[in-house]
Amino acid sequence: MTRSRLLDALVRLPPWLWLSAFFLVPFAITLKISLSEAATAMPPYLPVLDWKGGLEGWSTFLEALHFQNYETLAGDALYRDAALSSLAFAGTATAILAGVGTALAYAMARAPSRWQPLLVALVVVPFWTSFLIRVYAWIAILKPEGLLNAALLRLGLIPAPLEILNTQGAVLIGLVYAYLPFMVLPLYAVMSRLDPTLREAAADLGAGPTRVFWTVTLPLSAAGLRAGALLCFIPMCGEFIIPDLLGGSDTLMLGRVLWSEFFSNRDWPLASAVAVVLLVLVVGPIVLFRGDARKAGAEAAR
Amino acid sequence: MADREGPLLRIEAAAKRFGAHAAVDGVSLDLAAGEFFCLLGPSGCGKSTLLRLVAGFESLDAGRILLEGEDLASLPPHRRPVNMMFQSYALFPHLSVAGNLAYGLKGLGLSRTEIAGRIEKLLGLVRLDGLGGRRPDTLSGGQRQRVALARALAREPKVLLLDEPLGALDRSLREETQGELRALQRRLGAAFVVVTHDPAEAMALADRIGVMEAGRLVQCGSAAALYERPASRYVAGLLGDVNLIPGCLGAVSDGLASVETALGPFRGRAPEVDLGEGAAVLLAVRPERIAPATAGEGLSATLVETTFLGERVRRSLRLPDGTLLRTSTPAGAAATGWPEPGGSLHLRWPPDAATILPA
Repeated sequence: MTRSRLLDALVRLPPWLWLSAFFLVPFAITLKISLSEAATAMPPYLPVLDWKGGLEGWSTFLEALHFQNYETLAGDALYRDAALSSLAFAGTATAILAGVGTALAYAMARAPSRWQPLLVALVVVPFWTSFLIRVYAWIAILKPEGLLNAALLRLGLIPAPLEILNTQGAVLIGLVYAYLPFMVLPLYAVMSRLDPTLREAAADLGAGPTRVFWTVTLPLSAAGLRAGALLCFIPMCGEFIIPDLLGGSDTLMLGRVLWSEFFSNRDWPLASAVAVVLLVLVVGPIVLFRGDARKAGAEAAR
Repeated sequence: MADREGPLLRIEAAAKRFGAHAAVDGVSLDLAAGEFFCLLGPSGCGKSTLLRLVAGFESLDAGRILLEGEDLASLPPHRRPVNMMFQSYALFPHLSVAGNLAYGLKGLGLSRTEIAGRIEKLLGLVRLDGLGGRRPDTLSGGQRQRVALARALAREPKVLLLDEPLGALDRSLREETQGELRALQRRLGAAFVVVTHDPAEAMALADRIGVMEAGRLVQCGSAAALYERPASRYVAGLLGDVNLIPGCLGAVSDGLASVETALGPFRGRAPEVDLGEGAAVLLAVRPERIAPATAGEGLSATLVETTFLGERVRRSLRLPDGTLLRTSTPAGAAATGWPEPGGSLHLRWPPDAATILPA
């Protein structure tokens, strides 16, 4: 191996080590726990690998693993409903974010260039406050005697306080609020780099501002929209804090199910199984989709 | 109301400032239907801004732009019956060639088959038959240039604006494309306004050239008129090599004037504007108009250097007062009258070959 190739390999090593240590190994542990059995012990599951038992220790360990937890998940409607409801919440919120984020990012990209750094800063600034505190703030806004209802009552727009907190609507509001920057920033990055002469060319060819947006700006921003949608959709599927604080007790999302299995029931194996299912549910289609997109891209290039 | 008698496009005292910089400064210009007009000038002289004012991408600070007698001021770009070919081509990267051409045709109330027919015709017009399905990024530079041209022609504009249309092509392709562009304009009969910084390109393309300098239109005319009768030292130098001899303006008669120089009196074409006797002037003589003379007449000079340039021979000559003159003669012409370098000779040129310019 030549020097430069050795150097090349060294440069590539850290990301691989990072991914292995903080993603692959934890996932393997989670996968293992999901195949175990809950126990009143420390750690609260069985079997535990007997390192001193040698080959025999391994074989008894492997024989003790089973798919019982996954069978439980498949058999119980609660988990299926939680999964579907998570996907529905995340999907709806992503759709709303796509609309709101596109409008916001477009307005930012078209603003005078000396204003743009300030606008980007304003989008990012909320991150400097604790996420938990920002979600609590929404409770203060949405509760029956909260800011929103007080304002609407004062304006005479509604006769009685609206019931928003502890509804699905509140969860959607929370999700859209919390994930908006993840949608806006990739969209803005793409839109601010679009060649403005393309818009001029479209206008020159008879397209009014609306048609220019739908036929030129938006299609050319698709990459940003895709990135933003993935950045929002994936974590929203497993979101726990927002449905827990804003959604009330009957909001069903995988994140909450996972949490209660871990901390209320202390059923680590079942919770791990939920985590694995969540990962497969969310990441699986994306990996497939990306492979598809790459194939399509390669075909188009040809 | 549309005024059929007047010019197709009329620009009246157009002005546009960017901050403190006057990009276009009181430009007036009339364009006839079917005319090939060229705006010539260095970068930053305001020629592209003038084009963008006509297209509607910039708004006038003062003046008017009329198309067939109708003021364009109230029309946004997408309602103006002019089209522009952009210097960067600005092809839509997410659409095929046919999609790019169809973009301007949608919204004209054409049926799908009519649009397909128009696209076929446009592709044939710019010799890109069969390439309708390709993406712009899979085309060569010359092909992209032709797609941009066809797209700008799709809506059959009355005036086509072309911003450095050949600027991104390499030299040999540019010369070939000049001829095609010229032929295309003749065939379509539309008025073309080309912006270029290349004098040779302007002369090859245009019926009429407008020379711009620092936001102003300094002279307008055919290539021959600008070359033979420049109104200023700037225009004279822009369109080709020129010898300038400083002097003092004398009496004017019959369009000719005398100029008193350090080398003696000369005659030349009088300037268009009356400068008044005694004004400081320059006598401008094109190198190819200077010829050897028989001894005793004309200007005595010493040949310094002969340079063979293929189709032309350039000679550098020193005059008695030390100034250098350049001459240019066709390479095939007889070398009679020209000495070897170091030799002396006499030079002459016809009085109407010299133009008197304000100094």
